[in-house]
Amino acid sequence: MAARTAAAAGRSSCRSFCPSSLRLSAAVGSSRLCTQVAQKDKLVKRSAYRPEPSSTHDWVGPPNPLSNLRPIVYHIPENETELEKRLRNLRQETEDWNHNFWAKQNITFSKEKEAFIISQLKAKGLTLRDEDGRRRSLSSEEMAVFYKSFLDKNRLRHANYNKEWYRRNFTITLLMARVTLNSVWRTVSERDSSKKNGTPTS
Amino acid sequence: MYKTPCSRLSGFVGVSVKQKLAQNVPRCNQIARSLIQLHRREPSNWLTYQHLNFLKRQYVSKNTGELHQRAIPKQAPALIIVDERDDSIERQVERIPTINPAATDAAPQPEDGTHKPQTEFSHLKPTAENAAVQNVSASCKAGSPDEPPHVQVETEEEKQARLDRQWKQLKVDRADLPDIYARLSKIKLTALVVTTAAAGFAMAPVPFDPIIFFVSSLGTGLASCAANSINQYFEMPFDSNMNRTKNRPLVRGQISPLHAVSFALACGVPGVALLTLAVNPLTGFLGALNIFLYTCCYTPLKRLSITNTWVGAVVGAIPPVMGWTAATGCLEPGALLLGGFLYSWQFPHFNALSWNLREDYSRGGYRMMSVTHPTMCKRVALRHSLGLIGLSTLAPVLDVTTWTFPIISLPINLYISYLAFRFYHKGDRSSARKLFFCSLWHLPMLLLLALTCKKYSRNQEGATLPAASLPLTLPAN
Repeated sequence: MAARTAAAAGRSSCRSFCPSSLRLSAAVGSSRLCTQVAQKDKLVKRSAYRPEPSSTHDWVGPPNPLSNLRPIVYHIPENETELEKRLRNLRQETEDWNHNFWAKQNITFSKEKEAFIISQLKAKGLTLRDEDGRRRSLSSEEMAVFYKSFLDKNRLRHANYNKEWYRRNFTITLLMARVTLNSVWRTVSERDSSKKNGTPTS
Repeated sequence: MYKTPCSRLSGFVGVSVKQKLAQNVPRCNQIARSLIQLHRREPSNWLTYQHLNFLKRQYVSKNTGELHQRAIPKQAPALIIVDERDDSIERQVERIPTINPAATDAAPQPEDGTHKPQTEFSHLKPTAENAAVQNVSASCKAGSPDEPPHVQVETEEEKQARLDRQWKQLKVDRADLPDIYARLSKIKLTALVVTTAAAGFAMAPVPFDPIIFFVSSLGTGLASCAANSINQYFEMPFDSNMNRTKNRPLVRGQISPLHAVSFALACGVPGVALLTLAVNPLTGFLGALNIFLYTCCYTPLKRLSITNTWVGAVVGAIPPVMGWTAATGCLEPGALLLGGFLYSWQFPHFNALSWNLREDYSRGGYRMMSVTHPTMCKRVALRHSLGLIGLSTLAPVLDVTTWTFPIISLPINLYISYLAFRFYHKGDRSSARKLFFCSLWHLPMLLLLALTCKKYSRNQEGATLPAASLPLTLPAN
């Protein structure tokens, strides 16, 4: 962990070269990620490095090798409102949940695929590797049996994930829309009030 | 981080186009690399340029290649080409890493015995996974920096550094937007949908009105963009896990989900409004219906039941119907016939396509006929290929075309039926591939032939029409 924070500190200087020139007009999806969240997520490890959250833009990282999903470090604006905080937490939680599901899915798939191949090869009386040392593979028709059984086994699980994902996606987007509208309103009203204050008093 | 070409070309843009691209893949890589050096942007952004480069090449090839039409998307993940070239381009393509639990390929690590598995994996079966941990931790860059052998430390660090550089800020650059929107709306697929709608418009037995033609094409295109964007918005985590769709904007984090939905609304609402107000309400209704069917029926159904293929076929059949109703203003049997052509065509096309993607579908949790009911998959493809012959014969009966049409379309219909028959019997990768490629040129040919055989006079005697139009009933050669 010490190594990670040190690395983060070392690299944050590199990150500062990105000028936040194009600020997203509505501070969409603001959230600051505390590194504690990453620590909580022990089940399936994510990339050790996460940049420090900026105040204007989210950071999007490379796809995680297990779940193929990209981690995001949500940005935290100054004077974060309650709504924005809620949004950020929801997004982070969804991201973690997604990552866990897909990592588990991919790992399970690979494991079961291996087991299937080995059992099929055994049934055929073949060794795992052929004379050249390369792994034997089954024909696509033989593998199709496995693919079908995998889908059937996980049917309910997939259906539940689907439902949950759609629900979360909707909620996040609605929240995002509300946050955007709020901040636009805030900007507009601030501009109005600053205009009022700016006019010289007679 | 190179990506296989034409991420979302679900068979529509002439896989022949992609064949050419496939052969040019290594060259494209080099071109892309030279682009990086030329451009002042950070190297980690080179994917965008590579992609632009590919888009350009695809457009160029598309203009010189044949017209390939495809109806509104079905999750047709294509890329049989990817499978073919797996071995040769393994190194260049960043495939989704398959996690190898047995990890028999891993060379025995010197620190195997002493190195404790990363704590994260202690929750998984440690004994079986030890080797896997080694593999995965190497790729995970789960950073304990004190790996003993020097060679490994450097690789770890380099990998770590490279991946750290890949963290990007979610800043939407104005210059990137057109590219992002093109990919978000699956612009090539949209173009093909518009083409089928245009074919429907052209086949309608009314004088050709270019303004209405343009307006209806625009409206259809906008509606298709909206539907595709919502589809990508819904399917973000699934797309991340499939090779073909890894480079979509939402998956790559180039825009936020809200941005995607806003884009969809910005396309869909004007599109449907344009169709309703400038063309006619029936076309507008069909456009809205199609968006609904595609986003709210087909997309969720893909993961729940195999009936998604039938719903998708209907989604594909609606654009030509829309074209016809845009021209005539009413739903006639001719419109339904054209829709029927697209509907029947979908099955040999999609079933053959999905046959070679069974692993990806299975891992992603998509319920497709090819995985769960393989025999039905083949049977349905054959049935509908034969059905195309029947529909072609129905065309002159409904006064859509002359009797020349079933005759001249018989060769291509018989050919696709023959390939479907072979697919039915052999059911292997090559027969599936052949059927798929045939379907790509079959549909445009069919529509073109229908256009040349179009019946201009509704009246058998042709008394109401000027004599000059009579020669038009013969195919223009």
